[in-house]
Amino acid sequence: MADPGQGMRVGLFATCVNDLMFPETARAATQLLRRLGCEVVFPPGQTCCGQMMTNTGYFKAALGAVKAYANAFEGCDVVVAPSGSCVASVRHQHAMLARGGGSAKLVDRVETAAAKTYDITEFLVDRLGVTDVGAFFPHRVTYHPSCHSARLARLGERPYQLLRAVRGLELLDLPDAEQCCGFGGTFSVKNPDVSVALAADKAANVVATGAEYVVAPDNACLMNIGGVLTRGRAAVKPIHLVEILAQTEEDHR
Amino acid sequence: MITARDAIFAQIKAALATAPPAPPAAAPSSLTSPGSLDTTEWRDGEATSTASSTVDDAVVTLFAERCGDYGAAVVRVPSRDAATEAARLLADHGVESVVAPEGIGAALLAALANAGIRAVGDTPPLSAAELDQLDGVVTACRVAIAETGTLVLDHAADQGRRALSLVPDTHLCLVRAEQIVAAVPQAVTRLRPSVAAGRPLTWVSGPSATVDIELTRVEGVHGPRTLLVVVAE
Amino acid sequence: MSAIAPPFPEAARKQLANPQLRANLRRATSTIKAKRALRQAEMADWEELRAAAAAIKDRMISQMDVYLEQAEAALTRAGAQVHWARDADEANSVVTALVQATGATEVVKVKSMLTQEIGLNDALRRAGIAPFETDLAELIVQLGHDTPSHILVPAIHRNRAEVREIFLAEMGLVGRPAPPDLSSDPNDLAAAARAHLREKFLRAKVGISGGNFLIAETGTLVVVESEGNGRMCLTLPETLISVVGIEKVLPTFQDLEVFMQLLPRSSTGERMNPYTSMWSGVTPGDGPSNVHVVLVAGGRLKALAEPAARPMLRCIRCSACMNTCPVYQKVGGHAYGSVYPGPIGIVLTPQFRGLDTPLDRSLPFACTLCAACADVCPVKIPLPDLIVRQRHKVAVAKTADLRPHLEVLAMAGAGWLFRRGWRLALAGWALSVVGRLRGARGAIGPLPWPMSRWTRARDLPAPPRQSFRAWWRRGSR
Repeated sequence: MADPGQGMRVGLFATCVNDLMFPETARAATQLLRRLGCEVVFPPGQTCCGQMMTNTGYFKAALGAVKAYANAFEGCDVVVAPSGSCVASVRHQHAMLARGGGSAKLVDRVETAAAKTYDITEFLVDRLGVTDVGAFFPHRVTYHPSCHSARLARLGERPYQLLRAVRGLELLDLPDAEQCCGFGGTFSVKNPDVSVALAADKAANVVATGAEYVVAPDNACLMNIGGVLTRGRAAVKPIHLVEILAQTEEDHR
Repeated sequence: MITARDAIFAQIKAALATAPPAPPAAAPSSLTSPGSLDTTEWRDGEATSTASSTVDDAVVTLFAERCGDYGAAVVRVPSRDAATEAARLLADHGVESVVAPEGIGAALLAALANAGIRAVGDTPPLSAAELDQLDGVVTACRVAIAETGTLVLDHAADQGRRALSLVPDTHLCLVRAEQIVAAVPQAVTRLRPSVAAGRPLTWVSGPSATVDIELTRVEGVHGPRTLLVVVAE
Repeated sequence: MSAIAPPFPEAARKQLANPQLRANLRRATSTIKAKRALRQAEMADWEELRAAAAAIKDRMISQMDVYLEQAEAALTRAGAQVHWARDADEANSVVTALVQATGATEVVKVKSMLTQEIGLNDALRRAGIAPFETDLAELIVQLGHDTPSHILVPAIHRNRAEVREIFLAEMGLVGRPAPPDLSSDPNDLAAAARAHLREKFLRAKVGISGGNFLIAETGTLVVVESEGNGRMCLTLPETLISVVGIEKVLPTFQDLEVFMQLLPRSSTGERMNPYTSMWSGVTPGDGPSNVHVVLVAGGRLKALAEPAARPMLRCIRCSACMNTCPVYQKVGGHAYGSVYPGPIGIVLTPQFRGLDTPLDRSLPFACTLCAACADVCPVKIPLPDLIVRQRHKVAVAKTADLRPHLEVLAMAGAGWLFRRGWRLALAGWALSVVGRLRGARGAIGPLPWPMSRWTRARDLPAPPRQSFRAWWRRGSR
């Protein structure tokens, strides 16, 4: 296949959750982008989008991460992250935080950084113009759109377009797909009972589809849904969208 | 002593002054595409119009359908048959007595008499208890809205004061086809003269209803439980 | 009430344990949510309508003093008497004095969020005046000595058998009793309410209402309802007292074209609600001859004073945000300990009441930030942003508190960690040590506190053997 990403230098924002807990997702993003011809760089100064602190109300504590983000990706033309939630935080919260706790110069810099930040599905579909990334995944899957990816980053149809183009993949409709899984960052530990009640509904809907995998564009949601699935000994496995897109027929040989 | 009023205004002004908002967005251009304004305008600086109304059959059909969706009985008849049809409809619903506002018109009164329905006037005004003894009420309306199946009364002489169309259990409303507008914005525009004249308005969309017990729809709690609509074309 | 109310997580746990409530709520919220979506989809210009509504409300907010003066003048011209109240107590005294001046000892009421917010019924009772709620659900709540669990269908936590019991036991104590052979068919229950309340409507001397909108240029008040109890209260008594929040003013009558399209569709999911009454002061020979409007400032001035908080004043109390909120759908209104539950409630309540109680401090966290509410709000209130702002206020208070809070330490620690990439590398290394010690990846089961808050009902994935950045440093293959 052609190399739609030929000549593009992409800064990979791994996100803290993927860096520390789900490195296979960031590795898959690297492999996928390279396969499409992009040059991938990983600026080591990057840390986190800061939304755990921001969304718990600790704006000052989040400011360090905001600055680290703007600094780390200063030299990149494009930043790509495998998380609609973190991308949404960069776009919608960094400027607010910078205005509250930084200088006018910082506001400028975080706005510049936000403007070149993409979720990987946006980057593939909008910037590279591809929906068929040459992936192969011979399994039944169902897709949980993830609230921040769907309603804040507005990924829209892109994840579905990408999944439908995967060879061998059967995409099953998830009932009440747009309903929150109950994760909500620190909500999951501040209101564990409601959080688990919501996750249980989501897990039940996932199991009802008969899928082998539940796919999402955000690992935080998958950690929550997966936590309930494994506790309930369900056979459905959570998997990040890019890990499916990164697999080719060669991987399955 | 500072009055509550002065204190509130002082606080509002202080709040707005210390932290002025961004200049308000330009007033949204009215979403109305005023089809037909049927009377003179009353607000300064705005267009006046006395366009003649034309009847769009699709609008009338939509009104009948949408008003019927709420559980109202809607019939369309030629204007000359409206009074007879109204009386027949009331008789069919077991109505034996109605209150009739002064301006309802001789034709309807005659039709009611022919159908054996007792019509009571509201002069001198009936008490609420007296209204409660009557089976029904007949009124005209000011505007009807097709998209939402709504009747709007402005309680002019052909509609009577508000209590008339509220207390009796069956409400028959006569609608002239040219009173039906396509959607809410046109209705609001047409109602402005009534409001400017100090008239109250009652918007009626179907019979009284509630879903308060287990979300089960029950028609008729306090308002008329039966709504009959005759569209005269 | 708020002083002794438990914080949200505790109250929520209690509600979650009630299967009847959960079933009723699921049915109510999913039914209304689906109807709302259907009615929105019918409107090609829905987004334009929302934008127009937000712009109209913002215009009102930015010149609230101007429009209030205009409304006051128009009301006075139309024969109404205008009263002002800074807070709940003042509003209650004004209303009580007005009722007492008529000599009446009972009043009929139309459902109004504001009169619940200020606790008017209790104030009237203390003055020896019996307030009768006339909305069917409010009647059930009042006769059941209960509080509303939903702003639109306040008695949704009661099933038909419970309603029957309440009617049989209580109606006779305050007026016309329910027929002894009353069944639990909703039609029969509604008929019993009709008969019970009709007696009250026909003899009532004083009606009390709220108001959905107050038109500045004409002094027109608008009450949107379903059952006709509103029309009864607004039309039959000689005296009508309307208690209205100062943020309910709208500049022009024509503005109603926007709100009369948005409100019913957003609220009950109907193209139009059964009845809407609009009146301007006194109409000679038609309806009350003694018309009062009490304009209440309450906590609204606190919202006005914070520019970022102002969008919450756009709220038209439709309840669409509640029906779409996953948290509200699970626990219902009672857990919020406030007249205003759900997404708008956790913004309004701390703004109006402050953050002095454990409950009020917990409210802004009763949200997953899923943002479903922002998409349905007909006046485009940026609810998730406002919720995060309320959380910020709580965090600032906790940080300033002399007692140490685990959360403050954890967030400061996270803030330190995420300031430099090398610190994250170190954390990744530490986690990978755990990961390697465990060997296989897989799920971690129950852990001690504080991790138990996650692991009591959910597994946690085991950490990986190598962080992403370690993999990258080793040549990324």
